[in-house]
Amino acid sequence: MERGETAVRAEIALRVNGEERRVVADTRTSLLDLLRERLGLTGSKKGCDHGQCGACTVLVDGRRVNACLALAVAHQGADVVTVEGLADGDEPHPLQRAFVENDAFQCGYCTPGQLCSAVGVLAEAARGWPSHVTADLAADGVELDEAEIRERMSGNICRCGAYPGIVAAIREAAGGGTAR
Amino acid sequence: MEFLRPTSWGEALAAKADAPGAVPIAGGTDVMVELNFDKHRPEALLDLNRVGELATWSEEEDGRLRVGAAVPYARIIGELGGRLPGLAMAARTVGSPQIRNRGTVGGNLGAASPAGDSHPPLLAADAEIEVESAARGTRMIPAGEFYTGVKRSALAPDELIRAFHVRPAEGPQQFSKIGTRNAMVIAVCSFGLALHPSDQRIGTGIGSAAPTPRRAFEAEEYAAGELDWAGRSPLDERVARRFGELAARAAAPIDDVRGTAEYRLHALSVMARRTLTWAWKDYLNGGATACA
Repeated sequence: MERGETAVRAEIALRVNGEERRVVADTRTSLLDLLRERLGLTGSKKGCDHGQCGACTVLVDGRRVNACLALAVAHQGADVVTVEGLADGDEPHPLQRAFVENDAFQCGYCTPGQLCSAVGVLAEAARGWPSHVTADLAADGVELDEAEIRERMSGNICRCGAYPGIVAAIREAAGGGTAR
Repeated sequence: MEFLRPTSWGEALAAKADAPGAVPIAGGTDVMVELNFDKHRPEALLDLNRVGELATWSEEEDGRLRVGAAVPYARIIGELGGRLPGLAMAARTVGSPQIRNRGTVGGNLGAASPAGDSHPPLLAADAEIEVESAARGTRMIPAGEFYTGVKRSALAPDELIRAFHVRPAEGPQQFSKIGTRNAMVIAVCSFGLALHPSDQRIGTGIGSAAPTPRRAFEAEEYAAGELDWAGRSPLDERVARRFGELAARAAAPIDDVRGTAEYRLHALSVMARRTLTWAWKDYLNGGATACA
């Protein structure tokens, strides 16, 4: 073990939305607090702080995780994408556009987490990862119908109940046309 | 709080020997809840994410799979679902997709909560836990001896969980869990079942209905003797019901915020009856495993 890495504060270097960032932080800091309070990226929300609501969902090395349950200092060198990093300049991510067009939110608080989670869903389905409701486990890809989307998005809660719009938006972004 | 970051298994063992109070962390999905809510202030955290071998699995010479303590649930489902169907079914009920991307069986074992979803399938499949300390080396602990009390295990303070060893399923396996919804649920109670046709035996695991996860020995012996392994005749409904009753009798549940003891006993008898019915149906259909 390198000396100095046992300290109560540690320097954390990671890549956030394509940019190298370095911060010295308390070793207890969650990735969510680091993003929000140290890097000023307040898109990711702290809804419950214990992995129940999904509002803090971000992508770490391409996979969706709850940032509140990720210890920042354990993510040296990680590649993190938050909702702020989804758009391509002024061009919204296809999921962002679909969320707007399908009324996939009301208050918007859970939306950053819903969006990052949905990006994860599309990637996982493309890789053929089965879900609890997948019938054909040998298929190369997964067709994201309503049941698949609902199961795969089950880690993201929306208190406004915008679920029908969220399902429709993801379905549209997945290329399945409108769900309603 | 000190943060220890070993880059090899040897360093991890040395660090744990120096600081037995250090809490190991891999996915963080359990440890972070305690930290965020200040329920627990560990003197140190031992980050195992740089010990790469813990996130790998292999086939051993004895025919068993050796699965590293830090292989996340998502990979158990995707890479081992065909060979460890009971554990994969249980893994699919853990938290949410986000949590399954990070949470690990090693973490479930380390926490040793009676409600942990990995425990019933590990018990039913006769898994063994490989633990190690710098001072005393490696020892193998059968799952049935690993859990010693509510959130207590046979792990010594200077030991770390390295892997679990389990035979690939040679018969159908099932897992059932009761909760208020499908996602983000801590089990009210759960039941795992594995058929071992080559020695005409049944393995079981009860979750969240006793101070520790435990097997239902009486139910196992009863069903093993009643089932027509060679003739493959259909399951007698009375046998299934009796199996359920005996499974519930092995439990010692309490009333708590998630459910009453009475409800848990009833639910267990139903889950045991159903999982045996499903597994036996799969066995009659010649399927080695129920689903991947």
